[in-house]
Amino acid sequence: MTLSEVDLGPLWLTLRLAGVTVIVLLIIGTPIAWWLAHTRSRARTVVEAVVAMPLVLPPTVLGFYLLVLLGPHGWIGSLSQAVTGSALSFTFTGLVIASALYSLPFVVQPLHGAFEAIGRKPLEAAWSLRASKLDTFLTIASPMASRGYLTAIVLGFAHTLGEFGVVLMVGGNIPGRTKVLSIAIYDHVEVLEYTQAHVLSAGLLVFSFLVLLMVYTVNRRLPIHVS
Amino acid sequence: MSELTARFEVFFPSFHLQVKASVPAEGITVVFGPSGCGKTTFLRCLAGLERSPDGFLALGEQVWQDETHNIFLPLSQRPVGYVFQEPRLFPHQSVRSNLLFGWKRIPKSERHISLDQVVGILGLDSLLERRPTHLSGGEQQRVAIGRALLTSPRLLLMDEPLSSLDVHRKREVMTFIQRLDKEFRIPIIYVSHALHEVVQLARTLILLREGSVAAIGPLAEVFSQVGSRRVIPDSHIGAVIDTRVAEHDMEFGLTTLNFSGGQLSVPHQHSSIGESLRVQILARDVSLVASPPAFQTSVLNVLDATVLEIGPIESNQPFVDIKLDIGCPLLATITRKSLAILKLQPGQKVHAQIKAVALTQDSLE
Repeated sequence: MTLSEVDLGPLWLTLRLAGVTVIVLLIIGTPIAWWLAHTRSRARTVVEAVVAMPLVLPPTVLGFYLLVLLGPHGWIGSLSQAVTGSALSFTFTGLVIASALYSLPFVVQPLHGAFEAIGRKPLEAAWSLRASKLDTFLTIASPMASRGYLTAIVLGFAHTLGEFGVVLMVGGNIPGRTKVLSIAIYDHVEVLEYTQAHVLSAGLLVFSFLVLLMVYTVNRRLPIHVS
Repeated sequence: MSELTARFEVFFPSFHLQVKASVPAEGITVVFGPSGCGKTTFLRCLAGLERSPDGFLALGEQVWQDETHNIFLPLSQRPVGYVFQEPRLFPHQSVRSNLLFGWKRIPKSERHISLDQVVGILGLDSLLERRPTHLSGGEQQRVAIGRALLTSPRLLLMDEPLSSLDVHRKREVMTFIQRLDKEFRIPIIYVSHALHEVVQLARTLILLREGSVAAIGPLAEVFSQVGSRRVIPDSHIGAVIDTRVAEHDMEFGLTTLNFSGGQLSVPHQHSSIGESLRVQILARDVSLVASPPAFQTSVLNVLDATVLEIGPIESNQPFVDIKLDIGCPLLATITRKSLAILKLQPGQKVHAQIKAVALTQDSLE
């Protein structure tokens, strides 16, 4: 049995899913984390709790509700059907939405922590030097939060790679569209194709290790030490 | 002459600031008071970092805040430089980038102060390519001052900028702050709780106590008011006098200072003849004699004085302040008993014996 005989489709799909999910999460997570770090509103604790929900919920629970919501009879699914002609369950887009929700705390929490560590002081200094709020965010807050961003990207990516329950519920197991790595490994084991399972598992193992190793190396060398 | 006019009232859970003040928009105005009296909050109101619901703030003709007309400029739109208590440099940028951060963000036509000028005056030459984290506290604070100056502000706000510096740097930066006023003509609002800074720097003084203005006016006036005992600690009350070095007496190690009321002898000063020196004569260091001392006295400085005003007499206080005229105001603290014995009246001629002259530069040490 050679490597070429192992279907690597799920690997590419998984990497694509994790990549897109992280990008989506950075776009959504940044304003949420910023708001959490700077608001004095009482709604903060509620939002924090909601963001942290995926940490404690069984993935199947989240997956079940998402399936209902994204399916042709759910309100998001029916909306999508009206606009694009198809519901979101069992699609790549559906997987991205599900993964993004599931990995949300892994991106929001490091960013929240980083923004909080920066505090208001450098921001006030930037304002006093004529920088607008957006300018201040782009030129002061973001670079100072670079470690937080790095952690958020890695955790979000890695967590999406390893996801199983939610993607199984929402995505089903459609080869080439929603059959991701973790499900492929499960399938191989079910039919006793241990070699294929080994190849994919070991690949994931080595890949995860290399990514984390790189992150910690870069992190150590980053010039900014906030907090 | 243009003025800075401010009216703020802000409430915090444990604190209430209510300030109405108008000060000349030139020279250094020191906001002085004990910790927790609202100095920093006042400065933050001036910057627009705290917003008073019915606040008003104008520098000359420019209105920055007028809540009755819904005017409120955020800090980024005010031509203000702010030097915070801590340097607050941006850790991910070099010193040069920090200095130029604000400079790049103002229109070319408003850049009246250049990088070279600031680097020269503040001695930042060798630091430009370094990271802020590799600088000492004093170096960082000088960069912070330079960074604020490079926005060519019309008003400079400084919140205890010397508190992070050692004595040597303190003096250097203080001299520099005095030069700012003269060379760049930028009015400065300077928050301090250190009296020697007040005495050396202030042209105008705002005394804050428990969130409101206890006294306001030209420094010499506020410091020689008979009522100032209520707002300034006893050990600090006394007239502030601007003098010029007249001569050095090497034999006895003394220096003579000229001022509008005559001459003062003080211990030898390392200042050249003609240099100006601001001194403070603490009220408790002044004693009064009704006729010229019949006995020889060890006190070198005995000056003719006229009683101007006798301070309020409080039965629980053994002391009373007497305001005198010696060509300029002078304050003396004597006991109520001495007042009774000398039978002092306004207009009466007396002699003021000055036991010590506090030299404000040396009081730094």
